Amino acid sequence: MLVAHLTPLASSLFSLMAITSLLLAFVMLGSRWLNNYLYAFAAESWIIAALSAAVGFYGNYPELYLIAILTALFRGLLLPYLVWRIIGRLNVAREIHEILQPSSTLVAGAICVVFALVVSYHIGQSLGLAGTVAVLALTIMLSMKLIGFLMLTVRHEALSQILGLLVLENGIFLGAQILVPGMPMLIEIVILFDLLVVVACFGVLVRYLVAHVGSTSSLDLNRLVG
Amino acid sequence: MTGMLLLVMMIAPTVAAVGCILIRTPRVAEALNLVASLIVFVVAILLTILSSSGPYHYLSDYIVVDLTGAWVVLCTAIVYLLASIYSVGYMRLLDEDERLWGFYALFAGFALTILLSSVMNNAGLYWIAIELTTLVSTFLVGFERAAESIEAAWKYIIIISAGISLALLGTVLFYWCGSFVLGPTYDMTWDALRQAAPKMNPALASLSFLLVLVGYGTKVGLAPMHTWLPDAHSESPAPISAMLSGALLNSAMLGIVRYLTIADAAQSGRLARTTLVAFGVLSVIVGALFIVRQTGVKRLMAYSSVEHMGVVALGFGFGGPLGIAGALYHMLNHSLNKSLMFFGAGNVMRSYRSKEIRNIHDVWTQFPVPGALWLAGAAAITGAPPFGLFLSELVILRAGFERGYDWAVYVTVVLLIVIFIGFLNHFRTMYFNASAASEDRPAPMSQWCVAPMWLALAPLVAFGLWWPSDLWDHFMAAAQILTGSAP
Repeated sequence: MLVAHLTPLASSLFSLMAITSLLLAFVMLGSRWLNNYLYAFAAESWIIAALSAAVGFYGNYPELYLIAILTALFRGLLLPYLVWRIIGRLNVAREIHEILQPSSTLVAGAICVVFALVVSYHIGQSLGLAGTVAVLALTIMLSMKLIGFLMLTVRHEALSQILGLLVLENGIFLGAQILVPGMPMLIEIVILFDLLVVVACFGVLVRYLVAHVGSTSSLDLNRLVG
Repeated sequence: MTGMLLLVMMIAPTVAAVGCILIRTPRVAEALNLVASLIVFVVAILLTILSSSGPYHYLSDYIVVDLTGAWVVLCTAIVYLLASIYSVGYMRLLDEDERLWGFYALFAGFALTILLSSVMNNAGLYWIAIELTTLVSTFLVGFERAAESIEAAWKYIIIISAGISLALLGTVLFYWCGSFVLGPTYDMTWDALRQAAPKMNPALASLSFLLVLVGYGTKVGLAPMHTWLPDAHSESPAPISAMLSGALLNSAMLGIVRYLTIADAAQSGRLARTTLVAFGVLSVIVGALFIVRQTGVKRLMAYSSVEHMGVVALGFGFGGPLGIAGALYHMLNHSLNKSLMFFGAGNVMRSYRSKEIRNIHDVWTQFPVPGALWLAGAAAITGAPPFGLFLSELVILRAGFERGYDWAVYVTVVLLIVIFIGFLNHFRTMYFNASAASEDRPAPMSQWCVAPMWLALAPLVAFGLWWPSDLWDHFMAAAQILTGSAP
């Protein structure tokens, strides 16, 4: 178990990176501009890549360096580029369909984090890991999950929904680096590729939405009910 | 032998898909897909028979053929064959000949990913296979390119991706659970997790299982995560509706079943089972409510799928040999019956050019033979004897009494009666209400579209009258493995 015997420096470095990426999730939550989402998402991915490398260094998992490079390339460059192309095609600069004001959304996000903290604190205690970076990793994993779902529910622009899904995945990836650094590389790489395919599919679907429905807001997707 | 069969089963749809992309002729694509589905069907039967002397492991333990997996493969193969025959007739009606090669390529690919997910032995790779089924089928759901189909496809991919990401979180947490026992790096096979399970932390194992249950439960269509299901099932072409309902849902249920055995071994079985039973009952409730007030003919079938997946979830949730046997049997019967129902619905929809129940009338006089088949199917799907579903539902309910879930059984029985009345009432209006304007004659049905209805109904009657003892032995062996008792 890596987290049980970390040097204080490594442990605080991991915490710093994990908390920064949580803050970036809040940046996405509090912003109206799609470009800001995208920058925050890209920055978050770079931090996750750095975290992979740091875990690889301190935990002696050389294969994590490769994961770090792939994460930076795929999540940090290729995915934002794909999403940026979709934004360009759509001509939507900002989210205009939100149900909740960004400020209220931030408060809701904070409540999510508190809930995640309570759950992970409980789990951490029953595992005898209270106070370690593992509890923090679990908290951030769960709260980014909840924030992602929050983004999916209060935003209606197709692009916000894609980015919400990507936040969901980022949370898992971030937590996995700290909690289970030894997870077989094959699976991590396949999941990375899978994400690319998902976003490509979304790109195609967004094009269909524009062509056949005439709108990219999920508020207009109301033909099928009952 | 099993390895060769498995290889053939994977290669056949792959060749068909690649062939469709290379040749791009509608008639060739039809034939390729049909041949592939026939090969898969034959192989699946052999695999199911051979699996009783298994389990067989391949590719350094990444692939397994076990009793439960082979059973899901068989259900998938049956629906794939029936839907392939049906789509020959149905897809010609759509007048999309120039895009038909794409349809068949995706169709074969869809079948391939479902088959693949059923034989995955690694929890991570299983997740990826399930994710692939979503990506491939999204474009099948949106194939007709009407605003409604694109809307359904969008909702489908967003809801499923969000749900399945919870399953990924659960998978990672299960890996973490295991790493306390097995060390930081290990192969996350179902067996490894199960062996590590008794030493897992029960709180963490429960959390992981609940995440996995909600995640894959979204894909299975358990209420309240079912919201994508009626849209996707009603807007996709009828053969795809049958595949989604009869094949895809089972393959996701397989994941829940496999994790359930791990949760059992980790001493969080009671919580896990009660949650699964609660989801099952809720699905039957939602199914019943929406069936009674339904206006669309394919949405009616879709909500019936929610109901039946609820019943299967009840079977596995009750557990015990009786519950597992009933649930596995119900999977097969539901696959056959729901294919029949969607084929009938597709035929009627095309003939009357409407998806609304109120626009469909006089089926009995207009289409005596297909109408009779469809009506028999409707009686079967509501659980009336002498069809297979009656038997399997009865077994599942008996298992509920045996395992102390009496409340769930009573609620389900009442709801099944409500569904019986509500469902058949819709058929009464479609069959016996005379049309207001008698001049609009419905279009005739093609033989390609009626033949698979016969093929689906015949085994359904046979299974209702006679439960083969070989099947019973297969279920008992599967139940022994799933419940962990020595064979």
